Amino acid sequence: MLAKRIIPCLDVKDGRVVKGVNFVNLRDAGDPVEIAKFYNTQGADELVFLDITASSDRRKTIVDVVERTAREVFMPLTVGGGIRTVEDFREILLAGADKVSVNSSAILDPTLISRAADRFGSQCVVVAMDAKRREDGSFTVYINGGRKDMNIDAIEWAIEAERLGAGELLVTSMDTDGTKSGFDIELTKKITEAVSIPVIASGGGGALPHFKDVFELADADAALAASLFHYRELTVGEVKEYLAENGVSVRLTR
Amino acid sequence: MAVIGIIDYGMGNLHSVKNALDFLEIDNFISSDKEKLAASDALILPGVGAFPDAMESLHRDGLVDFIREQTKTKKLLGICLGMQLLLEKSYEVRECEGLGLISGEVIRITAPGLKIPHMGWNDLRFPRETPLTAGLSEGDFVYFVHSFRAELACEDDLAAYTEYGERIPAIIGSGNVWGAQFHPEKSERVGLQILRNFGGMIE
Repeated sequence: MLAKRIIPCLDVKDGRVVKGVNFVNLRDAGDPVEIAKFYNTQGADELVFLDITASSDRRKTIVDVVERTAREVFMPLTVGGGIRTVEDFREILLAGADKVSVNSSAILDPTLISRAADRFGSQCVVVAMDAKRREDGSFTVYINGGRKDMNIDAIEWAIEAERLGAGELLVTSMDTDGTKSGFDIELTKKITEAVSIPVIASGGGGALPHFKDVFELADADAALAASLFHYRELTVGEVKEYLAENGVSVRLTR
Repeated sequence: MAVIGIIDYGMGNLHSVKNALDFLEIDNFISSDKEKLAASDALILPGVGAFPDAMESLHRDGLVDFIREQTKTKKLLGICLGMQLLLEKSYEVRECEGLGLISGEVIRITAPGLKIPHMGWNDLRFPRETPLTAGLSEGDFVYFVHSFRAELACEDDLAAYTEYGERIPAIIGSGNVWGAQFHPEKSERVGLQILRNFGGMIE
């Protein structure tokens, strides 16, 4: 039976792993390769590297991180952050990544999704979105790390991204992100009901039952967390054991 | 020491396969050069993309007859699309002839109510023992990404399968020709064991 996936996210700045709390106050943490290996031993199903480097040589730095990780960790690797062109996709994939996630750049130029999917296949195109509740209960999409409201309906954008060739969606709720109060069940469910590609839920995972809820109530295919795992408040292993005990299909490693 | 040639025909991420073999300390190289590949002790045919494009690339590089000839005396492991290419024909995009090294066809997965592609970790079942699956256990998980699957003409060619709305052949083959529908190079311990086994089969 296909397993629900647990995905740690590593926020990488200048080749080092950091974790922002609500997109600010970055704390240094460590070598991405060592952390990737640690997550691997814990039973992580995939890894996401989110490159938050601001400098102009960012591509070189993240390519180096991916190359080094791919030599020692043999699971799917996704890289996001600042990918703007098909050539960026090519470089990241050649470095050993399996998927590339695009966020702001896909909103600003949706043809990036179709162009990348045509060239490399849908399976490696992940469309990430940061969504926030409006007063009327609908969800709008923000870009630039949650700074700019694009006033685009998140559900409609999810459907459009799938139509353009996205192979997977990574949906972060800005309302629950950093709160540790649980994943955004309503947002995630609306999106999993609207599309037929896999959906990774992100933002708000803080306790074991949150993971069960996002799989059972919102039908997410995968759940992503960063600081929760990074600061070892919970380990990937603990989450997966809990899910297995509670009847959720997960891949247990031994 | 035995060396594996990874066939480069412009389709897919060859470096992931190379990384895994390097990690296992199995000698290997990537090449599109028939002379170099002919000097290897075994071949791996990777592949990501669409079946007709892949066959076109193999024809363009003169690799179709080469691979057919090589496998008379040499072990070959096809991975993902590389596995599908081993079959007689596929219906992906359009009807297209494959390498025909294993009897059967490649058809679209019909998994009512389930998402296509079949993507993620799924567990293996083993109808028989093979050298490629030695050391693996029922329920071991491996990483799949595909929308089409093998429909084998001969059940004896099935070495492992998984369930996704229907039975999905996961490892197929016999004799010199083997294929994995999933990505062993992205399947951690279990996948590495399969590649280690393949390395062991050529020594």
